[in-house]
Amino acid sequence: MTSPLEQKKIKIAGPSVVTANRTWDGIVVYRTAAKGWSAELSEAAIVRNSDEARALLAESIADDVGAIGPYIAPVQIGEDGKILPGNLREQIRRTGVTIGQPAQV
Amino acid sequence: MYAYDEIDRTLVNERVSEFRDQVKRRLSGELTEDEFKILRLQNGVYLQLHAYMFRVAIPYGTLATNQLRALAHVARKYDRGYGHFTTRQNIQFNWIKLAELPDALEDLAKVGIHAMQTSGNNMRNVTSDQWAGVAPGEIEDPRIWSELIRQHTTLHPEFSFLPRKFKIAITASDHDRAAIRIHDIGLRLIKNEKGETGFEVLVGGGLGRTPFIAKTIKHFVHGRDILSYIEAILRVYNQYGRRDNIYKARIKILVHELGIEKFSREVEDEWQHIRNSSLQIDDEVIEDIRSRFTYPAYEKLPHMPDELRQAAADPDFEAWRKNSVAPHKVQGYSIVTISLKPTGGPPGDATAEQMDALADLADKYSFGEIRVGHEQNLALPHVAKRDLPALWKALDKLGLATPNVNLITDIIACPGLDYCSLANARSIPIAQELTRRFANHELANLIGRLHINISGCINACGHHHVGHIGILGVEKNGEEVYQITIGGRADENAALGTLIGPGVKFDEVADVVEDIVEAYLALRERPEELFMDTVKRLGVEPFKERVYATR
Repeated sequence: MTSPLEQKKIKIAGPSVVTANRTWDGIVVYRTAAKGWSAELSEAAIVRNSDEARALLAESIADDVGAIGPYIAPVQIGEDGKILPGNLREQIRRTGVTIGQPAQV
Repeated sequence: MYAYDEIDRTLVNERVSEFRDQVKRRLSGELTEDEFKILRLQNGVYLQLHAYMFRVAIPYGTLATNQLRALAHVARKYDRGYGHFTTRQNIQFNWIKLAELPDALEDLAKVGIHAMQTSGNNMRNVTSDQWAGVAPGEIEDPRIWSELIRQHTTLHPEFSFLPRKFKIAITASDHDRAAIRIHDIGLRLIKNEKGETGFEVLVGGGLGRTPFIAKTIKHFVHGRDILSYIEAILRVYNQYGRRDNIYKARIKILVHELGIEKFSREVEDEWQHIRNSSLQIDDEVIEDIRSRFTYPAYEKLPHMPDELRQAAADPDFEAWRKNSVAPHKVQGYSIVTISLKPTGGPPGDATAEQMDALADLADKYSFGEIRVGHEQNLALPHVAKRDLPALWKALDKLGLATPNVNLITDIIACPGLDYCSLANARSIPIAQELTRRFANHELANLIGRLHINISGCINACGHHHVGHIGILGVEKNGEEVYQITIGGRADENAALGTLIGPGVKFDEVADVVEDIVEAYLALRERPEELFMDTVKRLGVEPFKERVYATR
């Protein structure tokens, strides 16, 4: 799970999305095709090549008030068309910590 | 406890107002994230995987009960009901909203708590021995000097834009509980032959991707000269430290590349220019700070009260007492370490309810004072021995009496990939599994003193290099892989661990640790030979053979 903070070159190997954190509260959001942000991965715009990814990222970076720290993250598309996180890091960002939080232990 | 004066209170309150305005301008779009980032970092606000993370300073690890209650309040009102105590005497809240941060800071400011010196490329929270002021044999209370340095460096314009972050730790005891040898500057409080207070100064320690144990740069610096000497070190670092490469920017790299002799000559030259300046500390300044630390009115109490003698018949109490209770400099009192490492729990986490309840217990049993240690545990520094049985029962009800201090389940772990945007692998689930594997207290006690440290990336926030057993999570081909080192230590004999072999998968880590422990139990010459002694005597080879023979 190489940190996306080290993401320097835009090179994607499969379907990807742009994800970030919403500015006012920090929650995980995804860039939508409607040039907005959504907390639902299912509403994310999917890019499939580097040019598309670069364009979506540039548009996301320009929306500095809406969300911060945008980067390209891999996703998997299920047989039913459902969008799923492409790695453990993104799985954790989407579904939360893999541990019980103290109140639950 | 240290009592803030009007200057302290004004500074903290003004800082909150300033940050409130900065947040407002950020949310309106007047400030871009690039412009705002340095401002939020100077107020302890990071961006993590799920949300903003808010890091609050607990200078030299000392908290009053109203401060602990304020932290509980922040956890409850602005976060998800818990906080995470770190390895640098800070507390982190993981789910804070930027829009609410000024309110949280304002609530903390009311009790003299702030987030200055918790992030950014400046001087960080000065840390010290969590037993400061109460440890038997201590030269003197190191918090007086910690506070002096904290005041001098807070918002110091020359040190607000250093090449990289800068950490100082101070100890005043022979046994180093502050891990000074893995800090940028480590200070060991000593007396010279004339009985004058001063410091052995160490420099260039640090972990991360290029770990170094600090080297002694000067064997004795008089107390009155300590600010000028630290300033001389910082000036040399500020001038020569690399700003072109974040991985080579810490002072440890500069010390290593120049060599300690050349580095110390540079510091000495600089020091001669400034040592007889206004940086020389008048005795009155020290005495003024000293006078702001108040100490309890201890009673004259017996060494062995009846309550303690009677409770000794209870094996559960005794198990806790042996691991959690340490001698105090005043007869009839003890220092009680409170383990934040319950079986199956994330190391260093405490709920708001636990913090509130602990504040009540500190009021009742510890003169209203709590300490935070770099091992991610808390301590009550002034507990009358007669009160130990009652305190133990109360702690047990709160889930805070796990009898594992300094044992194999007293694990230091960074937040790892569950929270941290820099992490490559998870740390906390590894710690949780290990606490379950070694939950049997008799087994843990049989193993004896053994520190496990876990980091989820090479930045080493879990101090894995100096764990007796160190575990470093990395990523390999999209999978979490863990490298195991043994033989590290963070105390006065600090050493870096040695890698025992290829990394292992997430599911194998606890098995590997079990193998290492079984090898140790078979190899030790007698029960009193600690894990570290066996590793020192035999090296890593027997452990390596045991771990990899069947893998």
